[in-house]
Amino acid sequence: MSELTLGGRTVQATSDRPNTLTSGHRACQGCGEALGARCVIDAAHKAVNGKIAVVNATGCLEVFSCAYPENSWGVPWLHSLFGNAAAAATGVAAAMRLSGREDVRVIAQGGDGGTVDIGMGTLSGMFERNDDVLYVCYDNQAYMNTGVQRSGATLALARTATTLPNGSYMGSDRKTGKFMPQIAMAHEIPYTATASISNIPDLEEKIEKAINIRGAKYVHVHVPCPLGWGYPPSETIKIARLAVRSGLFPLFEAEYGKVVKSLPIDEIVPAEAYLKPQRRFAHLFGKNVPRDEADFLQNIADSNIRKYGLKSGGIQND
Amino acid sequence: MLYQSEGSQAIAKAVALCRPKVICAYPITPQTHIVEKAGELVRSGQLDGCEFINVESEMAALSVAIGAQSAGVRSYTATSSQGVLYMAEAVYNASGMELPIVMTLGNRAVGAPINIWNDHSDAMAVKDAGWIMLFAETNQEAVDLHIQAFKIAETVKSPVMVCVDGFILTHAYDRIDMPSQDEVDAFLPPYNPETYLDTHDPVAMGAMVSPEYFTEVRYLAHLRKKDSLEVIRRIGNEFAKQFGRDSGGLLHEYNTENAETIIVAMGSMVGTIKDLTDELNAEGEKFGVLSIASYRPFPAAAVAESLKNAEKIIVVEKAFALGVGGILSAEIRLALNGGAVVTVVAGLGGRNITKQMLRECFLSKTDEETVFLGLKRDVISREYRPNC
Repeated sequence: MSELTLGGRTVQATSDRPNTLTSGHRACQGCGEALGARCVIDAAHKAVNGKIAVVNATGCLEVFSCAYPENSWGVPWLHSLFGNAAAAATGVAAAMRLSGREDVRVIAQGGDGGTVDIGMGTLSGMFERNDDVLYVCYDNQAYMNTGVQRSGATLALARTATTLPNGSYMGSDRKTGKFMPQIAMAHEIPYTATASISNIPDLEEKIEKAINIRGAKYVHVHVPCPLGWGYPPSETIKIARLAVRSGLFPLFEAEYGKVVKSLPIDEIVPAEAYLKPQRRFAHLFGKNVPRDEADFLQNIADSNIRKYGLKSGGIQND
Repeated sequence: MLYQSEGSQAIAKAVALCRPKVICAYPITPQTHIVEKAGELVRSGQLDGCEFINVESEMAALSVAIGAQSAGVRSYTATSSQGVLYMAEAVYNASGMELPIVMTLGNRAVGAPINIWNDHSDAMAVKDAGWIMLFAETNQEAVDLHIQAFKIAETVKSPVMVCVDGFILTHAYDRIDMPSQDEVDAFLPPYNPETYLDTHDPVAMGAMVSPEYFTEVRYLAHLRKKDSLEVIRRIGNEFAKQFGRDSGGLLHEYNTENAETIIVAMGSMVGTIKDLTDELNAEGEKFGVLSIASYRPFPAAAVAESLKNAEKIIVVEKAFALGVGGILSAEIRLALNGGAVVTVVAGLGGRNITKQMLRECFLSKTDEETVFLGLKRDVISREYRPNC
């Protein structure tokens, strides 16, 4: 992490931050997605002198920011549908190119449902054509806008409104959740990264890098949800940091399908430290929980730590 | 320029003359030849300043057009049948956002059972999605209607769907009078949107609207759609004046003035029906034909006026609502404030409509309200067992 010198300040810490998502929107207290979106769009705005247009998938972020007759966006902003943000962004980018506005960069953004489930077809199409769009997923690992139902990105064993633990049923099925960054990498797009709202300097750096690359870019931001995950709103940053420190949310960058850099964990913690404060995992810490259930998520964390070199000073290929 | 062309290729050429900047498409029979030709026109440099984008689904095809049009450029796509249903959510979205996208619908049946041939089930499935829907009788009309469609769309801020019968028109070779680029440029001014994604004047498009305002938003859209009837008529007249072909407008009347029986229909079958009524009238009958050119918005007042003296009205339609009956017939009945209308369901899933079949039907004295043209009764009696 950079020194806290005046010049090393984040966009968010400067007095002239663009404030692209203004206060007064209707997000819940402690919303990780609102913070993530503000940081992302502010950083992009600053990096290219305000020459951005944003396309938003349906979801919490859209609903809390654009209820007529108010709207919180200080950038040209389009909401079309739930599953088509990447395709609509392709159209916006083409229009900019064809009307002499090549300098305007296009960002598409959505939650995990709009990205890994219903929007995956259009996202994959955008990647495959290498369209000039930065797609940002704010991942809170369930359909929060409709009342916390399971998505394809829901972490294994999590309790959601459609995966309520019951008897021997221990919550969301034992998949690891669809990890979109790896799917993005399989398309061999120029740039893929993961980021966390617990590390704003790192997040801003990745957005600044991504927005200046031509072609398809994908940044996957981990954004805890106090309502859906069941923890106090004041703990959002702490929960986000524990996800990173446990290894359950690895921070890395990839170019053309290959991991080029990962961020080593400053202080590795057991998965339990991240999981236990959240009500969505409370059933894993009751009595008579089978050993393999309790260990399952720790095994994923360990595997991430090995795979992305999170213990050993990270991967440094650049 | 007079030349011989396949319908689809002529449509693509007409679209190119309208200078769209984005053409996006996903292939589906029978729309394919249109987008193949459009792609060729872009890549060969004949349509300058346009990008042809191959996408991964119809949902993406219309969504790319939505994005491009929102960012301020003229956009076009084409589809058929299952494709328009796969993009149905975006069909509603484009009209709700008042985006003047033009789309060709190469009309085809909707499955199951899967069937690639022509009828109007696909158009009927999206008839209430808020688009202007124009039906072409011939390939010349298809060409002319596309040129008018961009102008109508941009004047009234509504997407326009040009419905062209799959295979019967899209794959047929016809004599086409193709306007020149200068002529089209004189008719259709460059696209100059009021609201679009602009970094100098940021707007948010596609807001959420609560119960407090939703009724007003829909009512305003309803008023504007009704107002567009006059615009469709006016632009049809402008086109006729400049190009000498009366191929647009709301309705096409053929011998309706002194007709005892008026046949109402849409699309390519109108030609067959006109031919037949000519023969019948030569035999002393009094038939007229009313072709609905603008199906959406529905020109109810003009329809009522045209049909007011008819003793008998027969509506021939290439789609119907299961368990209900004719769709166009119901709208004709509503326009007439009730009254007897005979429905003839014809040409489903590409079944040929012949003059002989129609002749028997039109001259029949049966009082059946709904007739299925050429229905194989032996198949029905073998397969049909009432459930109750």
